[in-house]
Amino acid sequence: MSLGTKKRAQTRLAYMLVLPATLLILGIYILPILTVFGISFTDYSLVSNYYEFVGLENYRHMLADEAFGNAIVNTLIYASLFLPSSFIISLFLAIAIQERKQFRSILEVLYFLPVTSTLAAMALVWAALMDSNQGVINHWAGAVGLGPFNWLGSETMVLFSMALISLWSVIGFNMVLFLAGLTAIPSSLYEAAAIDGADHPVDRFFRVTWPMLGPTSMFVAVTSSITAFKLFDTVAILTQGGPNRSSEVFLYLTFLEGFEYFNMGYSAALSLVFLGIIFLFALVQALFVDRNVQY
Amino acid sequence: MSSISLSLRSYAPRSVWSLIGTLFLFLGAWVMVFPFIWMVSSSLKPTDEVYDANFSIIPRTFKGFENYYEVLFNQPYLIYLMNSFLVCCGILIVQLLTAVPAAYALAKLKFRGSSILFGTVIAALTIPINVTSIPIYVALAKTGLLDTYLAMMLPFFISVFAIFLFRQFFRGFPDSIIDAARVDGFSEMEIILRLVLPSAVPAIAAFSVFSFVAHWNDLYWPLIVVTSQDKMTATLSMMQYQSDFDTDYGRTFASATVVTAPMVIAFLFARRLFIRGITMTGVKG
Repeated sequence: MSLGTKKRAQTRLAYMLVLPATLLILGIYILPILTVFGISFTDYSLVSNYYEFVGLENYRHMLADEAFGNAIVNTLIYASLFLPSSFIISLFLAIAIQERKQFRSILEVLYFLPVTSTLAAMALVWAALMDSNQGVINHWAGAVGLGPFNWLGSETMVLFSMALISLWSVIGFNMVLFLAGLTAIPSSLYEAAAIDGADHPVDRFFRVTWPMLGPTSMFVAVTSSITAFKLFDTVAILTQGGPNRSSEVFLYLTFLEGFEYFNMGYSAALSLVFLGIIFLFALVQALFVDRNVQY
Repeated sequence: MSSISLSLRSYAPRSVWSLIGTLFLFLGAWVMVFPFIWMVSSSLKPTDEVYDANFSIIPRTFKGFENYYEVLFNQPYLIYLMNSFLVCCGILIVQLLTAVPAAYALAKLKFRGSSILFGTVIAALTIPINVTSIPIYVALAKTGLLDTYLAMMLPFFISVFAIFLFRQFFRGFPDSIIDAARVDGFSEMEIILRLVLPSAVPAIAAFSVFSFVAHWNDLYWPLIVVTSQDKMTATLSMMQYQSDFDTDYGRTFASATVVTAPMVIAFLFARRLFIRGITMTGVKG
């Protein structure tokens, strides 16, 4: 009897504890997501109260929309520049820093500094450093006979420059993740590999480090991919998609359609594509993690 | 024995390489830090010196005092900083107040619907603000709440990531202690506040750092809902310079320094906590 009432009291308490969170999840996630679905089938625009159901028109429009194709291509070019470099450089840095215990903490701090800093503000600094006439980078490049480069003003270079700034801002983050992965590798594995004759650093890397780092690598690859797809701040501050739409990436286009042109219906459809892609990345990660557990 | 001879054999060449490697690491670190050095140095200079490609760290003409005085007292930067601070604090407080109880219930109490709720939390982890921004914006516009502190904080009042993180943490808390406390007549609230919560302080601290940094640096949402100067956040204020708002470049970079400084200084003071707090969010996926 008293056990029963106690249990009931506990259940009541549980509901009280989850109530605020549940209401907020409903209001901030569930309802908006359902609404985004709904809006994506209409021609809703904030500037007029009249709208109608247009079925899949927004999705059809996407396929014909040059801006959409352009944004996809720009995002892919940017990602193909940013992803491999951010992965490989941070892995190398982590291995090199791991081997130098006495400098580890100071180097970790220096490389991590850009991660905590305000990218919107630092983007202004990069714009000045990359200035085609008086920028420090072109000045130094000129000293060794290179350039001058039009970092942010040329259609062919701007995505490269964006990737460079993102690289700077994210290397420390990936490096710390790799360092955590490296620290978890038992040193007995390296000793065993050394007995097997794998003493050269390259052998050690391919025989022990790389296989043991599998889950960390996957994790870094997936989070970096999502970061790459979310490129926004530097574009908004530095180029607004220019010159001539050459840095208009996917999220920035979605933002423009929704909050500059107020094409809410089309923007909703675009953001669902955006969600679909992020979901795909999350799925890859989940599948990989599951497989890893089975091993 | 063999390991000693092995290390001796490879000692001589490796130390040279090791030295070169160390030099490269510090060279790389210099590249990482250079934008900050350039920014602070420029914030102390007059305009013409900022864009002198022949860069020197020490200003030839020191204009630091004027630049910072202008930014802090003649421009509304103190208001921007205050806005950022208020919004970040408001978000964090509500996040903790809603996530901690929910996470405890999910971790330690049995109730119908708990697995549905937890499944929803996991699913919501993948949904970024960029996807839900349209309906939330429309709802705020219809209710006349745009350009208010509430609008700036509202989408972040619940952190599904915090629920997930704290739930994992609470699950590790031994049931035997909770049961013993119940037998001793502790109420469930006392158990949460006096036993479980203190043990979760490291997780709460790490999450707080993550939340604060993420919302301090956020540009996307303020850009959408803030329209007036007096609600502008520090990070959003950087948008003003996209169209050469201020042609005094020394002053521009003094304001960039003012906006960046709080997070960087806090990082330098609590390095471990920052690195843990920010990297754990990778879990967010």
